[in-house]
Amino acid sequence: MSITVYVPGDSAALALGADEVVAALTAEATKLGSGFRIVRNGSRGLFWLEPLVEVVTDHGRIAYGPVTAADIPGLFAANFLTGGNHPLHLGNIEVFPYLARQQRVTLRRTGVIDPRSLGDYQAHGGGKGLDLARNLAPADIVRMVTDSGLRGRGGAAFPTGIKWKTVLDASTTQKYIVCNADEGDSGTFSDRMQMEGDPCCLFEGMAIAGLAAGANKGYIYVRSEYPHAIATLNAALEAAGDWLGEFRIEVRKAAGAYVCGEETAMLESIEGKRGIVRSKPPLPAISGLFGQPTVINNVITFASVPDILAQGASFYREMGVGRSRGTLPFQLAGNIKYGGLVEVPFGLTLRELLYDFGGGSRSGRPLRAVQVGGPLGAYLPESQFDTVLDYEAFAAVGAVLGHGGIVAFDDTVDMAKQARYAMKFCALESCGKCTPCRIGSTRGVEIIDRISAGQIDQIELLRDLCDTMTHGSMCAMGSMTPYPVLSSLNHFPEDFQ
Amino acid sequence: MTDISSDIVQSIVAAKRELPGALLPILHDIQHALGYLPGEVVPLIAKQLNLSRAEVHGVITYYHHFRQTPPGSHVVHVCCAEACQANGSEALAAHARERLKDSDLTLEPVYCLGLCSIGPAVQIDETTLHARVTPEKFDALIGALGERS
Repeated sequence: MSITVYVPGDSAALALGADEVVAALTAEATKLGSGFRIVRNGSRGLFWLEPLVEVVTDHGRIAYGPVTAADIPGLFAANFLTGGNHPLHLGNIEVFPYLARQQRVTLRRTGVIDPRSLGDYQAHGGGKGLDLARNLAPADIVRMVTDSGLRGRGGAAFPTGIKWKTVLDASTTQKYIVCNADEGDSGTFSDRMQMEGDPCCLFEGMAIAGLAAGANKGYIYVRSEYPHAIATLNAALEAAGDWLGEFRIEVRKAAGAYVCGEETAMLESIEGKRGIVRSKPPLPAISGLFGQPTVINNVITFASVPDILAQGASFYREMGVGRSRGTLPFQLAGNIKYGGLVEVPFGLTLRELLYDFGGGSRSGRPLRAVQVGGPLGAYLPESQFDTVLDYEAFAAVGAVLGHGGIVAFDDTVDMAKQARYAMKFCALESCGKCTPCRIGSTRGVEIIDRISAGQIDQIELLRDLCDTMTHGSMCAMGSMTPYPVLSSLNHFPEDFQ
Repeated sequence: MTDISSDIVQSIVAAKRELPGALLPILHDIQHALGYLPGEVVPLIAKQLNLSRAEVHGVITYYHHFRQTPPGSHVVHVCCAEACQANGSEALAAHARERLKDSDLTLEPVYCLGLCSIGPAVQIDETTLHARVTPEKFDALIGALGERS
């Protein structure tokens, strides 16, 4: 039997030299007359160990990492093809503590399978949810999703089942399923990993949504900054053939506008227009893409659905705390020692993620501020690190969990600068439709500059501006930019003097 | 725009014009083929899609990804979003501006490449990614580009 070697084709692994590792592996194998098969899997999300090379042995998948092209001759000399010992040897990756302490559900196949192979997906349990859904009434599918407690993973945390029911109840012939893969928040990469590592799971979730809502057409709107994800999605779609039956999926490439992650701006963009936010109501579930009822969910939301069908709503609902049910793939990013993907049920504390998984800062200095939930999320000081990872617990301290992105900063961070950046980013990315966002963000930069120049009395004006933006903006872009600004001001006032 | 470019544009528009919401896919394909979106394509696309020129121009100028002038020999994107800031991307961006100020390379900021645990991140010509880029590593990457071109 031929040996199988896994070398990730995930963007993060590529950025760390995975293609060079493959080239070196192939060259050395030719030289030595050694034969094996290389599979380009996704990443398991242990980024300090990428490129992570795995060899299938009788004792499981033995991993080596981080591997560079220069390590390859040494790995052959150490008989890595049979799991031989080597300084980079990590043992059976499945029992590696960082992974073993997680509870991977949605991303359990990511980094394990060949993302472009439907057969591999099905061999690892994929497809069962869709098979079951085909024999269920639409209302029963919706009920299962509602009962699971699944809430939108894009950040807004709206109950998925309720959204689906609205579209199911709409009486038109043409409806749409749209996947929001415009993962623009800094510190987030779980959508990218899912698309690059296990795209069939996303397709399956969308097809189930199609059966539930009565739609036969789906779009995946992917940001242009993710060319590798787009390539993997298209290749996997082609390989999947007619597996999804009547349901058709088309991948649409975005064009670098952050605000198109807002659902109505995204719809405008897919329709071929400038990505300007729409007024709500009507909700997209009533009048969405091309004016038709549309289910819009994030990548992780759709990818969570197949297991809810296959394993039952209670399987999912039994995980988590409070009204936050199931798991969330957290993303540890920024100045963090062991950055990566940590999928766990809701309920750990931020501190446990940062230290038990993350190992503290990469720089070795104390962590001072942590931004959770992207550019529109609050900065949390050390005194809030014991906040439980739960949508409501975060709301209670004036923060958001969002898409689960966690960006750590050490004590060299200047929080007035971070507050200014938040306003600047809003000015850069505002769609321009509403005044508080379009004008307020520019005025915000100016006010923070005056505060930094010593005009402390301008702080009151900044708070007033934030109040206007929060309550007067049309969408989250303008109304949530005050989160990073005010949290910086409230928790780190010394940086504004 | 040369005759050849005009033919390319015509065939792209013809292939995609029936797609619902065809404008962005068409603009992507043209930019991919020509490197940018010359002004002459605007009336051509507008006519074929039954849009006003203002609508097409408005879309091109709205999105950061679309460019109206030809880029340099290579496009270098330095990530300037928060996660990379936490690992020193501001210093890297300043270094990059200085290093590339007299070169024929196009330097642009990008707001997140999804490589947030291994920043600062750099993308060269859309598909080539680099992680944990220090000023020294940046110079080596740029040097390697020079050797190839």
